Amino acid sequence: MIEQKNLTSPTKQSKFQLSEATLGYILVAPALLCITAIALYPVLNTFKLSLYYMKLQLPGLTHFVGLQNYGTLFSDSRFWSATLNTVFFTVVSVALELVLGMVMALLMNKKFKGTGLVRAAVLIPWAIPTVISALMWKFIYNDQFGVLNDILMKIGLISSYKAWLGNPSSAMSAAIFADVWKTAPFMALLLLAGLQNISQDLYEAAKVDGAGSIRQFFSITLPLLKPTILVALIFRTLDAFRVFDLIFVMTGGGPGNSTETLSIYAYKTLFRNLDFGIGSAIAVIIFIFVFIFAIFYIKLLDKSILK
Amino acid sequence: MKLKNTINQIIFYIFLTIFLVYIISPFLWQTLTSFKTPQELFSIPPTWIPSKIYTGYYINVFTKRPFLTYLKNSFIVASSTTLFSLFVSSFAAYALARLKFKGKSIILSLVLSVSMFPGIAIVSPLFIFLKNVNLLNSYLGLILTYTTFAIPLSLWILTSFFREIPFELEESAKVDGATPMQAFLKIIMPLATPGMFTTAILTFIAAWNEFLFALVFNTQDSMRTVPVGIAMFPGEHDLPWGDIAAASVVVTVPLIIMVLIFQKRIISGLTAGAVKG
Repeated sequence: MIEQKNLTSPTKQSKFQLSEATLGYILVAPALLCITAIALYPVLNTFKLSLYYMKLQLPGLTHFVGLQNYGTLFSDSRFWSATLNTVFFTVVSVALELVLGMVMALLMNKKFKGTGLVRAAVLIPWAIPTVISALMWKFIYNDQFGVLNDILMKIGLISSYKAWLGNPSSAMSAAIFADVWKTAPFMALLLLAGLQNISQDLYEAAKVDGAGSIRQFFSITLPLLKPTILVALIFRTLDAFRVFDLIFVMTGGGPGNSTETLSIYAYKTLFRNLDFGIGSAIAVIIFIFVFIFAIFYIKLLDKSILK
Repeated sequence: MKLKNTINQIIFYIFLTIFLVYIISPFLWQTLTSFKTPQELFSIPPTWIPSKIYTGYYINVFTKRPFLTYLKNSFIVASSTTLFSLFVSSFAAYALARLKFKGKSIILSLVLSVSMFPGIAIVSPLFIFLKNVNLLNSYLGLILTYTTFAIPLSLWILTSFFREIPFELEESAKVDGATPMQAFLKIIMPLATPGMFTTAILTFIAAWNEFLFALVFNTQDSMRTVPVGIAMFPGEHDLPWGDIAAASVVVTVPLIIMVLIFQKRIISGLTAGAVKG
C-alpha cells in the first residue's frame, strides 16, 4: 500500500490535468441523466404517441396512424377555439402585466420609508400557490356572496349582481384579471432590477437639459430597459401560454368551453377521455410553439453566462 | 417649487397605497372569510368584517378532512425535491462554472431549455412510464419529476454564484495539494452557501405549489399534495368556501413568513436571469 502511494505521487501533477475534464463530465452526469430521462426522452415519446391511435381503455387497438391525429385536430372547431383562447389569454394578460408591472416598478424605484416591506408585499401574490389564488378569486367573483358584486353595486357601476365566471362573455376577462394580480408583481421585480442598473447620472443630465419626467421615461428609461423588458416578456409569454392551474380551478374551461385553453383541452383529452393519441398531438402543438420562443430566449441568456 | 414637491409626494403615496391595497386585499379577504360564521359567510350583501372570530372551518379542515395528510405529503415531496435538486445541481454548476471540458455550452443550453418545457407536453409518456414501474401514487414519482424541473433554475443561479468566487482561492488550494473535489467541497461550497440557500427556497416553493403533475400522478386521496387536495374540496353540489379559506390561510401564512424573512434572497434569485441578459 505504502509503495503504491509513493508510486502515484510523482505523476500527480499530470493526473490532475487529465482528471479535470473527466471530473467535469462526472459532476454533470446526474443532472443530465435526470433531464434526459424525465424531460427530453418523454418529449420525444409524446411526439411518437401523437402518431398513434391510442385509447387507454382500449389497449388492444393501439396502432400507428401517421399524422391523422393532427388532421383530426385541424378540422376540430374545439381545437381552434382553444387555440384562440390561449392566444387571447396570453396576449392580453402579458400586455396588462407589462404595463402594470412597469407602474409598480417605477413606484418601488423611488426612495421612501418602508421600501423593504413593500417589496416583501409584492412577493405575496407570487408565493401563493396558483390553485389557492384561483379559489380566492373564484369566491370574490361569486354571483351571490362575492365581494366584487358588492363593491361594484356600492359604487354604482352595476345595478344587479353578475355571474362573472358563469357568463361566457366575462369569464375569460375574470380569469385574466386574476392572472394579472398573481404575476404582475413578478414582472415588476424583474423590471425593478433592470431599473436599478440605470445610472442616476443620466437622469441628472436630462434634468439639467430641462427634460420632464415623461420625456425622461421615454428617452432614457424605456430604451435602457429594453433588454430586461424583452426577457420578462418572453418569460411571461411562455408561462401564460401553458396556463393550466388557474383556469382548471376557476372555471374548468367553461362555461361552454369559453375559457378552455390548449393545456386544459389536452388534459381533458388525455385524462378524461383517455385518448392518448389526440391528447399527445395537442401537447406536441403546445410544445412546438413554446419551443420556438424558448430558442429565442436561450440565445438571449446564453450571451450573458458563457461569454 | 416646494408646493409642487409636496403635491408630487402626495400623489406618489396615493398611488403607492392603491398599489398595496390591490396586492394585499384578495388574501386579506380570504383571511376574513376564514373567520366568518356560516351565516355571515352566506349573507347577501356580504359581511365585510366578522362580528366574532369563528374557528369552525379550521377545526373542520383538520378533523373532517385529510388536510394533515396533504400537508405531510407536500412537505415530504417538496423537501426531498429541494435536497435532490441542490445536490445534483451544485455538482453540475461547479463543473460548468469552474472546470474546463468540452460541450459546456451545449449542456447548459440543453438544461436551460427544459425550464421552458410545458408540463403538459411530457405528462402523457411520464404517466405511462410511472404506471409501468408502479410509481403512480408515490412520493418518488413526483420527487423525480419536480427535481428535473428544478434543475434548470438551480443550475442557473448556482453557476452564476460559483463564477463569482475568485479563481485564486482554488488555485492556491491546488498548489497546497488539494484535488479538485476537495477544493470544491472545502472551499467553494462554503462560499456558495448563500446561493444554495436562495436556490433551496425557490425550489421548495415551486415544488410546494405545483399542480398538474400532482393532479395526474397522485390520484389517491391519501397521496394528494396540498394544492390538489384543496382544489378537490368542492364537492358535486356544495362549495365549502369556509373550509377552502381556512386551508388557504394555513398554507399561505408560512409562505408569507418565508417571503418576509428571505425577500432579498428570493428577489435576487428570481431576477438573476433578467438583469444580466
